[in-house]
Amino acid sequence: MIGIVGYGGYVPRLRLSRKAVVEANAWFAPQFAGKARGTRSMANWDEDSITMAVAAARDCLGADEDRSHVAAVLLASSTLPFAERQNAGIVREALTLGRNVEVMDITGSQRSALSALGEALLRAKADAGETLVLAADNRETRAASAAELDCGDGAAALLIGRDKVLAEYLGSATVSVDFVDHFRRAGEDIDYVWEERWIRDEGVGKLVPEAIAGALKDAGITAEQIDHFIFPTSLQKMDVQLAKKCGIREAAVVDGLLTQVGDTGVPHALLLLAGILEGAQAGQTILLAQFGSGAQAFVFRVTAAIRSFRPRTGVSGWLLRGVEETSYTKFLSFKEQLRLERGMRGEQDKKTALTTLYRHREAILGLVAGRCEKTGEVHFPPSRLSYTPGQPALDTQKPYKLAERRGEVLSWSAEYLSFSMAPPHYYGQIDFEGGGRILMEFTDIARGDVESGTKMEMVFRIKDVDEVRGFNRYFWKATPLRPQPAASDAKGSE
Amino acid sequence: MAKGIKDKVAILGMGCSKFGERWNASPEDLMVEAYKEAMADAGIGAEQLDAAWFSTHMEDIGTGRGGMPMGIALRLPNIGVTRVENFCAGGSEAVRAAVYAVAAGACDIALALGVEKLKDTGYGGLPAATVGTYVPQWYPNAVGPANFAQLATAYRRKFGVDADLLKRAMAHVSVKSHANGAKNPKAHLRNVITEEQALKAPIIAEPLGLYDCCGVSDGAAAVVVTTPEIARALGKRDLVTFKALQVSVSNGWEMHSNQWDGSYCHTARIAARRAYAEAGICNPREELSLLEVHDCFSITELVTMEDLFLSAEGNAVKDVMDGFFDADGKIPCQIDGGLKCFGHPIGASGIRMLYEIYLQLQGRAESRQLANPKLGLTHNLGGQPSQNVCSVSIVGLENI
Repeated sequence: MIGIVGYGGYVPRLRLSRKAVVEANAWFAPQFAGKARGTRSMANWDEDSITMAVAAARDCLGADEDRSHVAAVLLASSTLPFAERQNAGIVREALTLGRNVEVMDITGSQRSALSALGEALLRAKADAGETLVLAADNRETRAASAAELDCGDGAAALLIGRDKVLAEYLGSATVSVDFVDHFRRAGEDIDYVWEERWIRDEGVGKLVPEAIAGALKDAGITAEQIDHFIFPTSLQKMDVQLAKKCGIREAAVVDGLLTQVGDTGVPHALLLLAGILEGAQAGQTILLAQFGSGAQAFVFRVTAAIRSFRPRTGVSGWLLRGVEETSYTKFLSFKEQLRLERGMRGEQDKKTALTTLYRHREAILGLVAGRCEKTGEVHFPPSRLSYTPGQPALDTQKPYKLAERRGEVLSWSAEYLSFSMAPPHYYGQIDFEGGGRILMEFTDIARGDVESGTKMEMVFRIKDVDEVRGFNRYFWKATPLRPQPAASDAKGSE
Repeated sequence: MAKGIKDKVAILGMGCSKFGERWNASPEDLMVEAYKEAMADAGIGAEQLDAAWFSTHMEDIGTGRGGMPMGIALRLPNIGVTRVENFCAGGSEAVRAAVYAVAAGACDIALALGVEKLKDTGYGGLPAATVGTYVPQWYPNAVGPANFAQLATAYRRKFGVDADLLKRAMAHVSVKSHANGAKNPKAHLRNVITEEQALKAPIIAEPLGLYDCCGVSDGAAAVVVTTPEIARALGKRDLVTFKALQVSVSNGWEMHSNQWDGSYCHTARIAARRAYAEAGICNPREELSLLEVHDCFSITELVTMEDLFLSAEGNAVKDVMDGFFDADGKIPCQIDGGLKCFGHPIGASGIRMLYEIYLQLQGRAESRQLANPKLGLTHNLGGQPSQNVCSVSIVGLENI
């Protein structure tokens, strides 16, 4: 049996109020008054498709230090930060996966996550080990556009393999057609979109049913047998219309999370799938389809093993962790649509020495410290000499991973002096459970969230942006360890 | 332990420029201002100098690198000029080098001078420091106020001190320094402030407000040192001699292991212990007459009182609130205004501290003169609480 053996998701903490957007733009774009409902997820300034993919992967893989079962990482996205420099390679370093793991970026269409899924299933069929399929998008849209309100940011992860299969792969089909509903030339940031009615009638309405019919035939089941139909779309009621057209029960249509999250793009089908799997029952069938340069569809059947797995936070957990953001200018600034005055302190050169980065990549990207074999003390960054007073031992440190360990704030401050994309700028000393101390930046934090003694966890984020040369520095940051909130707690602004 | 430098070296003369926003003074002008005063006070000519040490921290916005900027600015007679740099403790390092040279007998008379020109950056506060190519890839884009503010968060937790009480104690530190600085014509900030102003000032780095932070100033300070014998031969009386000069530098223990609790400066305690031993001081709380400490931030001054073993651990808040370190207290601290109000031109600060103690010991401190001071201590800290350089110097009248 081959299929899904693990799953996870990620939705950024910030949820932008659509009302705030619509009201700010009302003088210019009054036609969006009807869209002033709910929120859309919004990546923090230090998040991008790479960091969100890492977050989803960690949600799927859990805290287990042994990740040797992962043989390949496929990263699907249409908003990869680097055109040259393998984005999935950065994810591999952050996850401290082995250096022989195959990594691949898959991009170019809204269904590239399903292309990656198809590739992963082929690898499973060939018994090539487990493949981690990651999909993430940090959507780029124009201010006062419909897309700005419809889109969201997020990521999802599926682990595809043969052992303890949670959802068995039954069949799939692909339709590859150069149907240009939107395009974006290399080097451009924002999509150019054609008329919606044409996309509905000639694109989605014709190409997706063809893929669905093919997948159902390949799976050997009928449309009526489908229990969960996943088709992410920001076209109103398009999922329901498609279900009807294909003979799928309307009750099977999976909610697209548009009121809370918005359409996250490439990852959205996998994000919805990860959400559905949390509550799916053994024997249920899932049909998953996505549109983009054609269409693609997959059919899975949930197995009896489904309850044997839980993602660390899960889509349901991420949904509850949101805090409403009512500052539209913060959103525009984070999305590089509004250049705020940074002052002279914002002029500091952030050039990264690539030789240094390579030499220390395990410490910087993987948060790997050194643990002295003699004293058991943990030192970050790792070094040849330990810091034992009076008797620093030489070459006794062995690699020791910190990313999945919890920490506690020893000391902290929040300052308004240095340039920060999200002032005040929080940082402090974190002492890790099991040893290790790092003076590091904090993120996803608001006033009152932190005090000496606060428990923290690690997240992989953008450290600095080198705008002169177009380079992102990545490192880990501390964020308050948040217990799973009740549904009513999801409010407030950071 | 080595024999140390107690009473082997005397101060022959000192000078200090006015500190502040010296918009129309170049670093060279500031150097000349301090140097001329020091040489006039010493009563010697440049040809009598055997060697010089030069302290400046931010060479890129100030004087440039090496010893040449000082040699050229002062037209020194081609003697050796060596630049020393040890963060904010650089001034004390220049003094240490000159004193050691004299104590060793290698020089008869040596000069130490520190200068910093900070007001050519175009903005308030200090410029960001660059630290190689590795550290910036993981270390926070940190600024001084937030580094030192962390002392407060850790101190509160360690001793269970109420945040409002600690904030008031910090305000007391600053109110006292402003009152002192107001009497000092060379001080950068000469305004008196109230506790309420300090408490209500805008936050710079939680929990530090504007008045918890020292001035960022232009300035220079200089000292000429020689042996007590030569000083006497040159007609000097009431000699001020060095009793101890100690420097302690972090070795990573605080930042890279889990043992330090974040509420104090480890190196300050080491340097203080060594300095007291070198000077033969057994009970500093009773023996010291005055202090010039590195009050870059009010919380730094507060924890320093414990680091110098003047207040018992956890007791500095009470001592500060009781006025123990006020101008009329048992051990006046920052009687010249300190970094807080005299100002903090980085490379000069350690020498400026020495300048005030020298004036006080010689009875030349005018309206802020203390009654019969005999022994003074300077504490000059560079870096930040979890990795730093700390200098503790003790000077006193010759036969104390």
